[in-house]
Amino acid sequence: MTDIGFVRSELVTARPAPVRTTGAIAWAQKNLFATPLDTVLTILGLLFLAWIIPPLYGFFFGNAVGPNGTVEQCRMENAGACWAYIAAEMEFFIYGFYDIPEQWRPNIVFALGAILLVPLLIPKAPFKRTNAVLFIVVYPILSYFLLAGGVFGLKVIPTEKWGGLLVTLIISVIGITLSFPLGVILALGRQSQLPIIKTVCVGFIELIRAVPLITILFMASIMLPLFMPQGMTVDKFLRAIVGVTLFTSAYMAEVVRGGLQAIPRGQYEAASALGLGYWKRMWFIILPQALKHVIPGIVNNFISLFKDTSLVYIVGMKDLLEAVKTKNDTALEWQSANTATTGYIFAAMVFWVFCFGMSRYSMYMERRLNTGYKR
Amino acid sequence: MSQVSETTVEREIDTSQMQVSKTEVAIDVVNMHKWYGDFHVLRDINLRVMKGERIVIAGPSGSGKSTLIRCINRLEEHQEGQIIVNGTELTADLKRIDEVRREVGMVFQHFNLFPHLTILQNLTLAPIWVRGIPKAEAEATAMHYLERVKIPEQANKFPGQLSGGQQQRVAIARSLCMQPRIMLFDEPTSALDPEMVKEVLEVMISLAEEGMTMICVTHEMGFARQVANRVIFMDQGQIIEQNEPEEFFSNPQHERTKLFLSQILH
Ligand SMILES: Nc1ncnc2c1ncn2[C@@H]1O[C@H](COP(=O)(O)OP(=O)(O)OP(=O)(O)O)[C@@H](O)[C@H]1O
Ligand SMILES: [Mg+2]
Repeated sequence: MTDIGFVRSELVTARPAPVRTTGAIAWAQKNLFATPLDTVLTILGLLFLAWIIPPLYGFFFGNAVGPNGTVEQCRMENAGACWAYIAAEMEFFIYGFYDIPEQWRPNIVFALGAILLVPLLIPKAPFKRTNAVLFIVVYPILSYFLLAGGVFGLKVIPTEKWGGLLVTLIISVIGITLSFPLGVILALGRQSQLPIIKTVCVGFIELIRAVPLITILFMASIMLPLFMPQGMTVDKFLRAIVGVTLFTSAYMAEVVRGGLQAIPRGQYEAASALGLGYWKRMWFIILPQALKHVIPGIVNNFISLFKDTSLVYIVGMKDLLEAVKTKNDTALEWQSANTATTGYIFAAMVFWVFCFGMSRYSMYMERRLNTGYKR
Repeated sequence: MSQVSETTVEREIDTSQMQVSKTEVAIDVVNMHKWYGDFHVLRDINLRVMKGERIVIAGPSGSGKSTLIRCINRLEEHQEGQIIVNGTELTADLKRIDEVRREVGMVFQHFNLFPHLTILQNLTLAPIWVRGIPKAEAEATAMHYLERVKIPEQANKFPGQLSGGQQQRVAIARSLCMQPRIMLFDEPTSALDPEMVKEVLEVMISLAEEGMTMICVTHEMGFARQVANRVIFMDQGQIIEQNEPEEFFSNPQHERTKLFLSQILH
């Protein structure tokens, strides 16, 4: 006699979920107080926040002196951040010693850069090719003449006067747009079958990677002129850009190489079998996949480059951080307990905004480019 | 032992266009040797394939079947002897290699579709960038071949969204879009489930019916019986025996062939 057979006689009707599996209380129970250890950790975490938030709030907002405040307020006993100082010196932080009546020129460069860059970053925006040509070819030339002057009756402003965020952005934008393709070429060269190309690429990458950026900047500034013909000088600014670009491209090359190695041999073979030559194979099949794999590493390098621009002070340039430092040290009329701190916090915030932006954008791209082929 | 199955596609083969040319040579391999380092992987291969021939290469694992057909479009380099494809001899000359590859389609065991491109882009890339065909025309051709392999509705999906059998049919269509004169198949069905094997064999049979010159490394003996006009048996880098399918299966000559067949045909 078996008793395995079963036939349902009554159907079960749906009921609302039991209390506490949805809603805030249930969430807290599940995520914050699930076990005794969780409860202890949650309470410790809350205590830590209670300890740290009030003073921070006081420094940044509660006791802070707003942008319209005065230096006297900043010097008061328990004053917080001195935002008034930042507001007053903003021009110097953005333009450095760039002539004040001529500051509309960098402004145009900033605006034009944003107008060209934003649609380039939005995948759906039309005219990508035109846009890219404008940004990569036309924009730098136009910007150079606008900023440096000497044509169309624009006053000449030597690069020594450029400074602040302007310098930081110029070096990083040029550094990023040049080091990326250079890194890709170096990575391809390193994998080349041709011994000379391979040796040159390996040599370059290993040399640059083994030397601190500061050294490269020094060399670019001090050694380079030694090799130049007499009387010919290379602009300090240009030298810094070259130094930063070469440095980053060596790192970029290694990141890209990692991506290349992740591509199965079958992809090369299928592309070859269709008659695609080396460059087409790389451009259409290998690089798009390889680069997609290493977006985090690439953006990591971009972020490093952006922050490393602050090292150009070594060769006497006033990037954003150096501009802030200069003012901190010299603006006696703003001297107070928190002036310098506020200056550095401001610089940190600006760096953070740009780097965080790059990071978020890269995550967005990663998600977008995921065609879900892993199965 | 290699995976062997005998999936049969049950239908009459239309032989009206399956003519083997008596004069036009598609592939000529003469006294060819190949080494991997010190390992003599292909030994004295002589193989003449006439236009319209359908050849099945069988043999135990590691016997050099893949290596042989990969030499024919120079995915592998041979060290001695000659390989002449459509009248062009394969040498280190890159230009000639690309010339040959344009006319020779290849289908791989693991499909090797380009995962970052849609099916349609997979199919049109080479026609546009190698043959220089205008995009609209290339897309029309691509849709034509997708219909032939019976998956036109997948055109805008990515390879990762397709089943194995569908991917392999796309891979065949991708090769056909280049309008090759010769098709090479390297175990096109051995990564597939039995049901999918059938749909891929269907496509291959219909290609044969149109008179395509084909070399297939496969263990689908049903396919060999139905469409091949020659079966080649390889072992240890050598061609051991070749014959018409009927003769090959019913009356094998060489001991090695007999052993192989006794193991796969129960
Ligand atoms: N790149 C390589 N380097 C060295 N040896 C190799 C290489 N590729 C293949 N071989 C060896 O060459 C021999 C022939 O390989 P091949 O792939 O042609 O065999 P096959 O007949 O296709 O086998 P299978 O049925 O398993 O696909 C094998 O012994 C293999 O180990
Ligand atoms: Mg094989």
